[in-house]
Amino acid sequence: MIVGLHHYLVLAAILLVCGIVTMLIKRNAIGILMGVELILNAANVNLVAFNHYLPADSGIRLDGQIFALFVIVLAAAEAAIALAIILSFYNNFASIDVEKASNLKG
Amino acid sequence: MTTVLFYIFALLVACSAIGVAVSRNIVRTAVCLFFTLTGVAGLYFLLNAEFLAAVQLVVYAGGTLILIVFGVMLTNRLPSAGWDVKPWEKTVALGIGAVLASALVASILSLPPRAQPDESGAYPVLELGAALLGDYLLPFELVSVVLLVVMIGAAYLAKGRRRNREAQP
Repeated sequence: MIVGLHHYLVLAAILLVCGIVTMLIKRNAIGILMGVELILNAANVNLVAFNHYLPADSGIRLDGQIFALFVIVLAAAEAAIALAIILSFYNNFASIDVEKASNLKG
Repeated sequence: MTTVLFYIFALLVACSAIGVAVSRNIVRTAVCLFFTLTGVAGLYFLLNAEFLAAVQLVVYAGGTLILIVFGVMLTNRLPSAGWDVKPWEKTVALGIGAVLASALVASILSLPPRAQPDESGAYPVLELGAALLGDYLLPFELVSVVLLVVMIGAAYLAKGRRRNREAQP
């Protein structure tokens, strides 16, 4: 059986759902960050698969790969900032349980 | 050959992604995330995106994940017992996941089949570089500015953290 676009899309859907479930059922802030990484990877798999399988009419045929490249860079930046915030939170609350981050609750 | 490799990588990615979702130990979650990222890099190889696969391995599996592991090590001194979410929250999360998964898979399977890959031969790293410095020059430079801002911001947060710790006791 030839591997087609659908296989990659279903795999990306599995990744996306795993990421969303991870974000919902973790109380550890770093676990939530890992869920975000899974979701970004799902989007990347989609971009690269579409770039590979869809025929392009214009000159540039690598738009999907370039988008994926930017997503990887921004994911690294996001992880750095999120970890800095998590460490600051850990220092103030001695915990990274997101249930305790309720200072702004009305 | 490609089909076998795809199924191997897909199995690796899917199993370790589910492992990330269900694992309770945060270190085990990080290890599962590493296998997921490596499997996604293998998928990029199969999709003729060798440069992207290398970037995925170097930046994601080598950089971002190490950063996350450092975060785990810096904050893992506290006992993580009693951290489980409530059962109804878990039920709601799994329900949302099941509904989303079924809707996505149904809509994907209703797409028209498109099984002929674009076998254009040699991988055009040259075109990738030309596009990055041509049509995508402005986003490319903006991303470098974003990285600079992120570096300064992370350093600022770390510095503020140390001052806070000295002020508290």
